[in-house]
Formats: sequence, C-alpha cells, structure tokens
Amino acid sequence: MSRKNPEYDFKWCPGCGDFGVRRALELAMINRLEETGLPMESNVMVAGIGCSGNLVHLLEGPQPYGIHGIHGRTLPIAMGVKMARPELNVVIVAGDGDFLSIGAEHIGPQAARNLNVCAVIMDNGVYGLTKGQSSPTTKEGTITSSTPFGKMEIAADPLELYLTLGVSFIASGFSGNPRRLAELINQGMNHKGFSMVHVQSPCVTYNDTFQLIKGNAKEGIEPMIWDIPEDHDRTDKAAAHALIQKRGLPVGVIYQDDSRLSLDDRVQQIWSKDRQHSVDQLIDAYAI
Amino acid sequence: MQMRDFVVRFAGEGGQGVVTSAEGLAQVSTQVGYHALTYSTFPSQIMGGPTWTQARISDAPILSAGDDVDVLVAFNREAYETHFSEVRDGGVIIYNSNDREFEGFEAEGESRIFGLPIDDLAKSTGNTRAANMVVIGALAHLVNMSQDYLEQFVEQRFRRGRDGDAEIIESNIKAIKLGRAETARSGFALGELAPAKAPDYKQIMLRGNDALSLGAMAAGVEFYIGYPISPATTILLWMERNLVGPGKFAYQVSSEIESITGILGAGYAGKKAMTATAGPGFSLMSEGLGLGWMAEIPVVVVDVQRGGPATGLPTKTEQSDLMACMYPAHGDVRLPVIAVGTVEEAFYGAIWAFNWAERYQGPVILMTEMSLADRVQNIARPDLSKITLESRQTYQGSNGYHRYSGSEMSPMPIPGNPGAYVANGSEHDDMGDTTHLPDRHVQMTERRFNKLKLLEDGYYESENTEASVAVMPWGGSKGPAYEAFLRLQEQEVSLGWYYTMFLHPLPPKLLEELKQKKLVIVPELNYQGQFSSILRSMGVNAHSITQYTGLPFKVRDLVDRITEMTQSPQKEMARA
Ligand SMILES: Cc1ncc(C[n+]2csc(CCOP(=O)(O)OP(=O)(O)O)c2C)c(N)n1
Ligand code: SF4
Ligand SMILES: [Mg+2]
Repeated sequence: MSRKNPEYDFKWCPGCGDFGVRRALELAMINRLEETGLPMESNVMVAGIGCSGNLVHLLEGPQPYGIHGIHGRTLPIAMGVKMARPELNVVIVAGDGDFLSIGAEHIGPQAARNLNVCAVIMDNGVYGLTKGQSSPTTKEGTITSSTPFGKMEIAADPLELYLTLGVSFIASGFSGNPRRLAELINQGMNHKGFSMVHVQSPCVTYNDTFQLIKGNAKEGIEPMIWDIPEDHDRTDKAAAHALIQKRGLPVGVIYQDDSRLSLDDRVQQIWSKDRQHSVDQLIDAYAI
Repeated sequence: MQMRDFVVRFAGEGGQGVVTSAEGLAQVSTQVGYHALTYSTFPSQIMGGPTWTQARISDAPILSAGDDVDVLVAFNREAYETHFSEVRDGGVIIYNSNDREFEGFEAEGESRIFGLPIDDLAKSTGNTRAANMVVIGALAHLVNMSQDYLEQFVEQRFRRGRDGDAEIIESNIKAIKLGRAETARSGFALGELAPAKAPDYKQIMLRGNDALSLGAMAAGVEFYIGYPISPATTILLWMERNLVGPGKFAYQVSSEIESITGILGAGYAGKKAMTATAGPGFSLMSEGLGLGWMAEIPVVVVDVQRGGPATGLPTKTEQSDLMACMYPAHGDVRLPVIAVGTVEEAFYGAIWAFNWAERYQGPVILMTEMSLADRVQNIARPDLSKITLESRQTYQGSNGYHRYSGSEMSPMPIPGNPGAYVANGSEHDDMGDTTHLPDRHVQMTERRFNKLKLLEDGYYESENTEASVAVMPWGGSKGPAYEAFLRLQEQEVSLGWYYTMFLHPLPPKLLEELKQKKLVIVPELNYQGQFSSILRSMGVNAHSITQYTGLPFKVRDLVDRITEMTQSPQKEMARA
C-alpha cells in the first residue's frame, strides 16, 4: 500500500535482502488465504523497529493488519494479539538487533509458553537502520561503525539459542529464494506453537554477504548455503543440534516438536464451567 | 462512657494471626451493623517478621484508620516494645501471656496492661483455632459489645451445613465467653460502644485491590496480564482466579515490559485489557505507554503506589508517583489519570478508567496506593443496573479505510474484519504509514490532544465553596483530610472542601472554582508537593502539606497544619 503513498518516506536500499523476505511473506499469506479460505484481514503482522520492520508498510497486494510498535517488543505485542484472539494468524517481522539484542529477554518465555505465533527474523548481522553498528550476529573481530577496533564479543548462534530455549519449530532460510522461504514460512504458520523462521537477509550497504552465501565460482568462493537433506529427522533434537553445528547456511526445517500444547490450547483446557462466575456472583462473595 | 468508635492494633509476627484477628474483628462488627476499616503495614511481604494491622470500628462510616490506638494486642515482646507508646492515655494493652517471650514479664511504669492466656483459653475450648475468638471476646468486654451480636456472628459464620458445625459454633462461643470473663477479671474497661445502626442497604466488605478488580470485571475486562509486585500482586492473583472462560485471559508474564506491550496487543485486537503494577514496574512501562498514546490503543494501567524511587519502600504507602503518571513517557504525551481515594472509589474508578480508555481510544492510568490496596472496609453493594458501560466505536466499513483520519477520535478497525491498517508507533499519516512531514506531525499531535476533550465529564465533591481558602487532597489522603475538614468546621474555621478522583483532565468547572481561591491546601504523601505544583502550573494558588514517612496522614496533624496555613499562609508557602 505504502509504495504508492508519496508521504511514506522510507525506502530499502536497492538490492537489500529484505525485498526477498517481503516477497516470501506476500506469497505465504496468499497461500494461507487459499488453504484456509480466511480473509487477508485475519493476518496480523507485528513489526520490529529496523529496516526489516518496515516490511509491514511495504507489502504489495491485499493488506493484512499490522502493528509497528517499539524496538524489541514484537514478541509480547504478538502474545497480546494472539491470546486475545487465538483465531488470528500472528506473524512477527524483525531484525537481528531487534529480536536478539534488545528483545532477547522475550524469546525464552515465549518458547516456554509455546506461544502460537510465527517469527520471521531478517538477520543481516548488523544494525541497518541506525547505519551499521554491530549486532549480536556480527562476527567477532568485525570492524563496524560502533566497533572501530573490531567486535569484542563472539557472534551469537541464533539457531542453537532457539533450540536450547525450547522453540518448538525452527527453520532456517535465505532471502535470495523467496519461493522456498515462503514454503518454510507457511510451515511455520501452520505449526501449532512457537515457530521461528530465521532468514539470512543481507544488508548490501553495511554487511553484504550475498556472495559469501551464494558463492562465486570465478573467485573460488564456495557457497555457504546448503539444503537440509530430505532424510533429516526434524523431530530429533540431537539431530537438529548436530545439523546446526555444521558450517554454512542450512535451508529447511531443522526442528519441529508437535507434541507440546500451545499456550492458547492450554488456556482452553482450563476453562471449566464451574469456575466461571457472573459479576453479581463475584460481588456477592463479599456480602456482609 | 459511651464511645462512637474505637481502634485496636494487633501486632506480632507474620503467621501469628495479626491480619486474621483484625479482619475477624472487622467481620464481626460489620455483620452486626457497625462500620469497619482496617489498615496494615508490613516491613516486607514475606512470612514471619514483625507486622501489624489496625482495625477501626464505629457506629458511622469511617474515613481514616484513626490517630490513636485504644487497644493494643501484642502477640510478642517486640510488638509490645514497638507499639506501646502509641496507645492513648486510658487505653489498654493486652499481651499473649502464653507466648514464651512474656515469661516473667513486668511492664515497668505501665499500668494499662494485662496478660491474656490466649492459647490456653483456646485449647480449653477443644478448638485451638478459636484463638481469634478469645481475643474478640476480650475486646467485646472492653467496649461492652453485646454478647448476642457475637453469637449471631459465630452462628452465621460457622453454620455451613456440615456435620461438625454445632461443635465448632459451641467452641467459638465458649472462646468468646472465656476471653470476656478473663478480661472482666482484669478490671479493665474502655466504655460502652454506641449501639450498632445497621445500614438499610446491602453491603459488602472487601479490600481495596479486590474492589478495583471487581470494578474492572464489572467494566467488562477481558484480558489481564501482570508481573508480581507489591502491593499490586493481589490484583494479578484475583484475575487469574476469576477472569476465566471463553474470550478471557489472565496470566503472569515475565516483566512489566511484557505486561504493557501485551495488553497493547490485546487492546489493538479488540479486547478490554488491563495490567496493574507499582512504581518500579510503571517506570518500565514508559515506552509502551507512549506507544499506546501514539497508536491510539485503549488499555488500562493500574499503578498501586508504594514508597520511594527504585525499589524504595515496597510495603509502605506514599503518593509519590503522580508526576510519573501525569508525565509517563517521552515526547508530547498526556494520559488521562484517575486516582481513587477509598475502597468504594476503587470499584467505580476502575469502571471509569475502562470507559475513558474505550471512549478516547488510548491508555488510562488508574492510581491507587498501598494503604488502600490492603485496606478492608464495608461499602454499599454496587448496583450493576446503575452502571453505564462504554465500548470503543469500531469501524464497520470495507477495506481502504484511513484509520487516523481527521482531527479527533475516529472509529477503530478490529483485526479479522475489513479495514486493515498499521497501528503505528512512529509518526504516521492518516493511513498509519510512517511519515516525517511537519504538517502531519502538527495534525497528529493536535488530534491526540484533542481526544482528551472527550474526557471532561469527571465529577467532584465540593463544600463551603464560598470560603476563600480550601483544602483539596487527592487519592488516599481524602479520608484523613475530610476528617480534618470536619473537625475544623466544628471549630468554625472558614474552609472550603474540594475533591475529585479525576486528576487529568480535571473537571473544567472544578478548575475554574479552584482558580478563584486565595489558597488551595493540598495534603499529599510526597516530598515535592507534586499535585500542588501541577495545580500551580494551571493557575491555581495551591500549596501542599507534605509527609513522606511511608505512613498515611494522621487527622490531628492535618488539623494543626491546615490551621497553621490558614493563619499564616505565607510562612507555609515558603516551605512547600
Ligand atoms: C529503545 C530503542 N533503542 C534504540 C533504538 C534505535 N534503533 C532503531 S533500529 C535499531 C537497530 C535495528 O537493527 P536490526 O533489528 O538488526 O534491524 P535492521 O535495520 O538491521 O533490519 C536501533 C538500535 C530505538 N528505536 N529504540
Ligand atoms: S541499510 Fe541495509 S538493511 Fe537497511 S535497507 Fe539498506 S541494505 Fe537493507
Ligand atoms: Mg539487522
């Protein structure tokens, strides 16, 4: 919608990886619409603050609902939406800084709750919007605008982190292949529980990793990207762990645990008629 | 001598029945037609450790916890040492002579004291749990409360249609009689409590936080999340037990940042959503409150004030969050603020808070304070048929709606229905798209402030409006201030009275009246004189009587300080 809005004054840099993620999300939401027959307005996109979060304004075609809130809080906002209205499909779009730095405190609790939302993280290993500072996934030693002598911390390993925290669906993807990414996002949306789709979405301006990911035969650069083989057992946590430990960028579903109840399912389970009281009954419990 | 009211302070260690004794006395008294109000304070919220609760019983509705202690019931030595000096001349101190600490105890220079073997007497009834009733029997003797009243209470309380009922009733009545007889033997008495005048309307008795929770329930709350913090935790616990069923959700989350952003998500999704916290949690909510204002999402945030900045005084009472609530976030933001002053107002204030939030589509701050949160009091049973409930105006059209169009409130689309938009915390145009255009920022800022004009329907109390000097407390200082006002009226001091729970926006007519006053005296429990400084910024010559001890005002102190200010207003002003 906003592309045709002259007042909207944010633009992604030409070639930014987030274009591919946007395409993938458009496809995934259309797929879902076709699969379920539910209207586009039954999707709510909760966006983080960063170049990535602007995706919510840049979608083309039929528009979902959106919240573009404050930095780092996509998960609890999404929890509010989902637990208020479990029938809505809630998707998070956020960057590595938003989700893994300022917002990191929210991942563990939502994983433990198995909140039934799908988070699509655009990892570019940098703070794009604030012009190139180091982020949790920036490699150790990298010189950025905020690490003039090289980054002093080791890089976070998001996939390993999600697995450890108990996220019940973990997929890894690449913005360079929107169709494949859309499939992963659809699987995440269909998963009954907390699903993470972690996407390498390069920032061409501050940390251009396209070549590293895709490789370049002429220059002798091996591609980082590889497809997770068909025979990977996604229900096996040890196998998922082993897969994450391999180098490079795996594409596919790493882990899925269907055995856990989601938070909204649990809440439904505790509803029982005898515990519900009218306001008058509640007041009368204090009668003198 | 006939007495209109009396104050009993129960002091001891957590777990010794301090709170249950006080609340038991309040129950007995209200059931037979008296009025009761309890006030507690704890050094911390954990089990054990010194604690005390005070109950004031009267034949008329009660305004404050009472300045003087008529009877102290000391469950241990430390309690005696700490509190004996607060017992008025001619009062009585009862100590539990069965407590080991009192072995061989001689209270030097203290003639008002006697030992009551509480545990032995309870044991002799065959029901050790009747210890409370022994104490109540002792108090009944001191104020000559009718035995019929007490037996009537025991009968009602313990007749539950079970096999052992008769035995339990008998042992409790026996405990009362034993407590009475033992006290009679001591030779102490206070006087005769005026007979109860049972109100001719239905009543309930409950603590402030329960009243607030009930009010929220009556207002139609559907979504509650919170993080434990004294003195707001009891609201979370109440909601988790009672806000259950389809379409409802009550839940403990992992921080106040989750609380505020979570209720914003729920409010956006169409629910009446609320959280409650105390100062430290409120500070963490600042950025989220700004988001609610900016994106225009209705939510209710309760601040149950405690003392001090940072961790401060978690279990003491203070009114020092007013500035934080009036100016809760960065940028140009003013949220509506309602501050309740009584247990009854906690119920109605919650309903107003929801109605306002729904009407102007934004966050509303509902303030209360520790001394009200834990206060147990009898109030008239709310009549739900007299309550008006409001719900936000929702958008009913098709897609392509511009959610933020116009210079005032506009209908709100609800996810799942046509009218998709982005609720945006960045400055935005009428569609919700981010923009930095100067004209838009002007228009949207004015739109947000214009919406506050929808909230000028708050009411206020006023008396003696012709006086040029008036007293106007806020929040929980209402009770002691009104009692002080009544006393000053008896002394024929010319003084006006104003009070409202609607602190922002203030009822416009009230503000006009206040501006006419030579002096408006604001008793408030903080150092800076927070409310008076806000009133001064609005053109009212307001000056505070401050106190920052962590305790509520005493009526006597207010009488003295108001008198001083009315006599030499200049002097006090220099101090404020
Ligand atoms: C509370 C707060 N702190 C800091 C900022 C400034 N800020 C905006 S975006 C951002 C980092 C964005 O990085 P990332 O999430 O990786 O998004 P990207 O731009 O790389 O897509 C920061 C620090 C803010 N908006 N709010
Ligand atoms: S700065 Fe980087 S992340 Fe941001 S739009 Fe440009 S390329 Fe994309
Ligand atoms: Mg980034």
